[in-house]
Amino acid sequence: MEAEPRIGVYICHCGVNIAANVDVEQVAQFAATLPGVVVSRNYLYMCSDPGQGLIQQDIQQHGLNRVVVASCSPRMHEPTFRGAAQQVGLNPYLVEMANIREQCSWVHSNREQATEKAKALVASTVAKAAQLEPLVEREVGVTPGALVIGGGIAGLCAALDVADAGFPVYLVEQSDHVGGRLKDLNRTFPTLELVADLLGPLVERVRSHPKVTVLLNSQVTSVEGYVGNFEVQVTPAPSSTPSSSPLKVGSIIVATGYDLFDPHRKPELGYGQYAHVITSLEMEQRLFEGRVGVDGQEPKRIAFIKCVGSRDVQVGNPYCSRVCCMVTAKQARLVQELLPEADVTVFYMDVRTFGKGAEEFYDEARDKGVLYRRGTVSEIIRRGERVVLMGEDTLQGRPFEFEADLVVLAVGMEARSDVGALSTLLKLPRSADGFFLELHPKLRPVDTAVNGVFLAGCCQGPKDVTDTVAQAKAAAASALIPLIRGTVPAESATAVVEPELCAGCGMCVEVCPFGAPALDALWPVSRINFVLCKGCGTCAVTCPSKAIRLQHFTASQILAQVDALVE
Amino acid sequence: MGTVIPSEARNLDKPAALVIGGGIAGIQAALDIADAGFPVYLVEREPSVGGRMAQLDKTFPTLDCSSCILTPKMVDVGRHPNIELMTYSEVVSVTPVNRETGKLVGEETGSHQSTNLPTYQPTKPPAFHVQVRRKPRYVDVSKCTGCGSCAAACRMKGRVPSTFDEGIVKRSAIYVPFPQAVPLKYTVDPSVCLYLSRGTCGKTFLCKDACPAGAIDFEQQEEMVNLEVGAVIVATGFDLLDARLKPEFGYGVYPEVMTGIEFERLSSASGPTMGKIVVNGKQPKDVVFIKCVGSRERRREQAALGSQQAALGGVPYCSRVCCMYTAKHAHLVRDKLPDARITVFYMDVRAFGKGYEEFYDRVKHERVIYRRGEPSEVYRRRTTDGEIHDGDGGGRLVVLAEDTMLGKPVEVEADLVVLATAITPRTDMPQTAGLLGLACSPDGFFQEAHAKLRPVDTALDGVFLAGCCQGPKDIPDTVAHAKAAAASAMKVLVQQSSSIHSSSTQSSSTHSSSTHSPEGRPI
Amino acid sequence: MTPQGLLKTEPMVEQLELMGCIQCGKCTGGCPVARKTTLNIRSLIYHMLVEPELDVNAHPELWDCTCCFTCVERCPKDVRPAELVIGLRGQLVESGQIPDTIGAALTGIFRQGNPTGMAREDRCGWTNGTQVKAAQQGCQVLLHVCCTPAYDPRVQVVPRALVKAFTAAGLDFGTLGTEESCCGNEVRRMGEAGLFEMLVEENGELIRSVGASRLVATSPHCFNTFKNEYSLTGMEVVHYTQAVAQLLDEGRLKFSNEVKKTVTYHDPCFLGKQNHIFDEPRAVLKAIPGLKLVEMDRNRERSLCCEGGGGRMWAEGTNLAERLAFQRVHEAAETGAEVLAVACPFCLLTLEDAVKVQGLDEKLRVMDIMELVDLALA
Repeated sequence: MEAEPRIGVYICHCGVNIAANVDVEQVAQFAATLPGVVVSRNYLYMCSDPGQGLIQQDIQQHGLNRVVVASCSPRMHEPTFRGAAQQVGLNPYLVEMANIREQCSWVHSNREQATEKAKALVASTVAKAAQLEPLVEREVGVTPGALVIGGGIAGLCAALDVADAGFPVYLVEQSDHVGGRLKDLNRTFPTLELVADLLGPLVERVRSHPKVTVLLNSQVTSVEGYVGNFEVQVTPAPSSTPSSSPLKVGSIIVATGYDLFDPHRKPELGYGQYAHVITSLEMEQRLFEGRVGVDGQEPKRIAFIKCVGSRDVQVGNPYCSRVCCMVTAKQARLVQELLPEADVTVFYMDVRTFGKGAEEFYDEARDKGVLYRRGTVSEIIRRGERVVLMGEDTLQGRPFEFEADLVVLAVGMEARSDVGALSTLLKLPRSADGFFLELHPKLRPVDTAVNGVFLAGCCQGPKDVTDTVAQAKAAAASALIPLIRGTVPAESATAVVEPELCAGCGMCVEVCPFGAPALDALWPVSRINFVLCKGCGTCAVTCPSKAIRLQHFTASQILAQVDALVE
Repeated sequence: MGTVIPSEARNLDKPAALVIGGGIAGIQAALDIADAGFPVYLVEREPSVGGRMAQLDKTFPTLDCSSCILTPKMVDVGRHPNIELMTYSEVVSVTPVNRETGKLVGEETGSHQSTNLPTYQPTKPPAFHVQVRRKPRYVDVSKCTGCGSCAAACRMKGRVPSTFDEGIVKRSAIYVPFPQAVPLKYTVDPSVCLYLSRGTCGKTFLCKDACPAGAIDFEQQEEMVNLEVGAVIVATGFDLLDARLKPEFGYGVYPEVMTGIEFERLSSASGPTMGKIVVNGKQPKDVVFIKCVGSRERRREQAALGSQQAALGGVPYCSRVCCMYTAKHAHLVRDKLPDARITVFYMDVRAFGKGYEEFYDRVKHERVIYRRGEPSEVYRRRTTDGEIHDGDGGGRLVVLAEDTMLGKPVEVEADLVVLATAITPRTDMPQTAGLLGLACSPDGFFQEAHAKLRPVDTALDGVFLAGCCQGPKDIPDTVAHAKAAAASAMKVLVQQSSSIHSSSTQSSSTHSSSTHSPEGRPI
Repeated sequence: MTPQGLLKTEPMVEQLELMGCIQCGKCTGGCPVARKTTLNIRSLIYHMLVEPELDVNAHPELWDCTCCFTCVERCPKDVRPAELVIGLRGQLVESGQIPDTIGAALTGIFRQGNPTGMAREDRCGWTNGTQVKAAQQGCQVLLHVCCTPAYDPRVQVVPRALVKAFTAAGLDFGTLGTEESCCGNEVRRMGEAGLFEMLVEENGELIRSVGASRLVATSPHCFNTFKNEYSLTGMEVVHYTQAVAQLLDEGRLKFSNEVKKTVTYHDPCFLGKQNHIFDEPRAVLKAIPGLKLVEMDRNRERSLCCEGGGGRMWAEGTNLAERLAFQRVHEAAETGAEVLAVACPFCLLTLEDAVKVQGLDEKLRVMDIMELVDLALA
């Protein structure tokens, strides 16, 4: 370890983003006066190639052993500057950033005050930088194999992609068949192909694939380990003992699907009370048989009601179920084609036919005679042999009583009620709507907060087959990256235990959200798994013996920052 | 014919992928394939990657700043040791090659075309011979520091409409498209540079004189590069309907009428007005948003028109993102102009994605009035004296629509009208399609192999689609689609490569392992 | 509101948060009176959203709303449409533009604590000599009699039957006697927010001072407001059917007589639809020996409003067609029932009136559940 810190400070203009509100030259001049600072510069765009070049040159020519870049949030360019340093042989953890953009120039308008604040932030970061230590970069090996939980269309497609890439895949399915809920559907939209024609060959490929092991009637009952090195216990129902030794895999894909909304929860629609009222799933079953009515009686007036259990705060589902508009258009059209003389009406709030070919499909459904009426149905009552839908036609501006022989409720999708155990096992968080939460709603739709665990299909949110398949393949891509590389990197800024100080009390084990610390079996001392550790610091502050150090955020580093700010 | 790019730190025994297009789709696909350890050539015709997403202000429904979530990925792509970023370049030809014989496919009997079965698997691993034209920037990128002195000195400064800013801002003949460009290197636009287009630029080259690094080189020639790749991903993105094709809305005639993408630039803090909503020098009091401009339009003869429909001003499909970005725009206006009256005219509100309906609810609670009815025209109200006045007292724009809830026509005055124009296939689709032998769907976008089960595959082995070039999508669906294309490409590349995965003691000296991994670092 | 009756819409839109409305039409679609008057609540909400002003005077149909709150219960965006009706009625009340009969009811409540126009001193006439403990002395259970059962001779049997049942069950209960005032549920719904606030304050203080642990309300209307709009912390608020069902369950009340009747039950809007109490009244009926319970098609959540709530007891409305109560009694008769059982004083009066007008007296008799309980008790 070098004796004296030799710190280079770089103040970024960020175009006008910082420079407009902060006098960057002044800050650079101030920084030059700080203890340990050997070089202090300001530049237009530090993240640019020339900007990084400045850092690299100074490291080489001035023998810098610490770098402070005062610019944007580390979430933007910490990797950039670390990489620049590493390229010329400086340990990347000897680079620290001061956020004088999001935390300064972007939120203050008084230039003088903003400049003073920027100086304080820089001084604080320089104080920390003086105490930084180089950290080791580690990688762990990856077990070449994946686990897919759920054998529906999402699970099948994800499994195939991983297996086709040459890796063994265990496909765990809790029921006695694969194909999931898609199996219960007759035809797809907008192409109106038979589901069996699509699913059949897919299932066959999976069954016969040399790299795929399908475990039916099975559930995941324990998950240990970490990305690249999971150990998963799979238990076949109904026995409660695991059947064999745990499966070892490198990636896990969750594809557990969805539940359908139970329309009993909307009693005013008469489901369960009137035989005339059925769900869209039950309509699919009828379409399989090429009939619409029961006992040979074909209905003359058929109504479809959308948004049943979706976009409805009264049942706790404010979200849209995404597929029902197309399911309804498909069923309405097929029914109209089966019964050309029948009146087929769809009651709606909006028509969300957004996919490829969907708007055209909606147009064609109307061409075939399906009538779309704007206004959702408030309740259904019986009148003689028929039922009556009470609603308002919002375009006519008056209430209606619509008699029908058959009413189809487009029930929405919900998060499965039985994934609680799995979600706990995998430590997967959920969104407000109950589905699994992805890491970032825009840019990370299949990754989760747990490294190595990915989401595919409706378990993350309602979607149709096309989007499910795309997402399943996306999950496969994420799952394949560590498998193909063969290693995964581990976070360097993790917590470490000083064994001499550790009393073996186990409090760190209790408070860690990631299960990283564990008490050694033989010697009552905690050891922290550096792959599971995310460097949150909870254990470090909890430890009553102060035996845990959070690297890169040590007590002395943080105190140095505070001291510099307070001065 | 030209030079082959040296592979630097790459494993030469790993087959490479070609990604055509450097928007978010191309970037995501390239990163996934590169993270898996394969070399990727990412070819982008503009001087910088980033595509349309870089033009956006904030994204729905999270209201993240678009550049802030995009630029880290752009930087990643620029620095990834496995990615060769070729900006300001175009793919000239892609020729399938039979790996075993080395012959070009087509020289042999039998076609390389595959079938559209849902579970089709190629029998022979594909390979392609690719030619890329690297257009001359007239700037030596090894010397350019991106300082901007050249642009400041350029004789054409302030006279060239910037495509990135939708023409609202004027730049110089030498430029970077936007300040966070990757790579941050200047480029001379040969169509407007006086020297390149007319042969002379005054007595002296002002740009050359200003450049402290001596980077400007008008002798630079284009370069043709030959590449051998095992998979091709097409991520060429989309265009937007020319709003002048809908003259009833007065776009191009009334300065107060703009398109959604122009609004993005107006609202952006790095845009022409630093994010202030200002029209005709004033803050608008009444803002009207019109959706479905050119989308969801049927024609009897549309089957015959194919992708020409866009050129005639109307497409039959739904553009998928406009309902949400209009809600977002309405929110941004409310954020910046708390007292404005904001009206959104709609036929349906398609808030279908995760968190979208809740966002729509939120926007309505911010006093954005949604009125059902597709406006028919926009006109300027004449004042009583027959003159057109600016400001109060007359001469304002009027949006004419039927409010289908009230069941009567309404006229809503507006100081700003934003048109959500249709997303259309790029006008150069036929050329790109011809390059690769790709088919297009009736809507004019590239045709996927199977509508339900193979959303990224094409009829050609080894060629995949990512993002909006296959059909309009929002960012989450684009990212998933791009990752799906990467998965398809990875399968093919794995099959082609000599070893399936690198040894577990791979050296960790490259910084990519610790700083680029998506797994360890949430964005 | 301007003197001409023009209301600026924006403040009320903000206050009531009407902006969440997506114009789906479920409110008007399920509104019982929408089919027989020009009242279209969805259209009114839309008007509030898009127009700067509303001429409140031009909407006399605002008085047709029964405040059954079907719209509130079903709105997928939780907009609470009926609150707009109440808010607009408030504007009319402030400007004095209200039907005379409603004005009289409000004046009565203000002056004498009840809408009937009779004196406060006469409020205890219903006891008919029976001694009922004064709750002011302290008791476990406070029985809130309600104005209509207190003064209307037809309904007085209900609180009398309750007293008999509670006594038999050994409950420590009492009433506020002549100090009891109108709960204000209808007052708020008629738009008289000021009077309502006053009632909540005064009644609340008086009720809390009793120190009872439970309040039992005879009427679902009183029950609704005490439970949801007053803050009677520390007190459990129940409707009498819940109390009686519990007593039966605990064995503290036993039925000894047979009541051999076929009975159908009409769910009152303020008990069923709004507070989701459907099972306890049925449990009480089913516990009566010999009683056969049959269900109408439109039961529970879809029960057809009798048009007694929302001030409709004191205003005819702009009805263009016959009263819904007429339709309802026919529905009851069609089940083959001899008795139409109710659990609300307003339902009792309107449905009984309908039976008479529709000439169904021979076939159908309207009875409160407590009347049947009374027959079953010794």
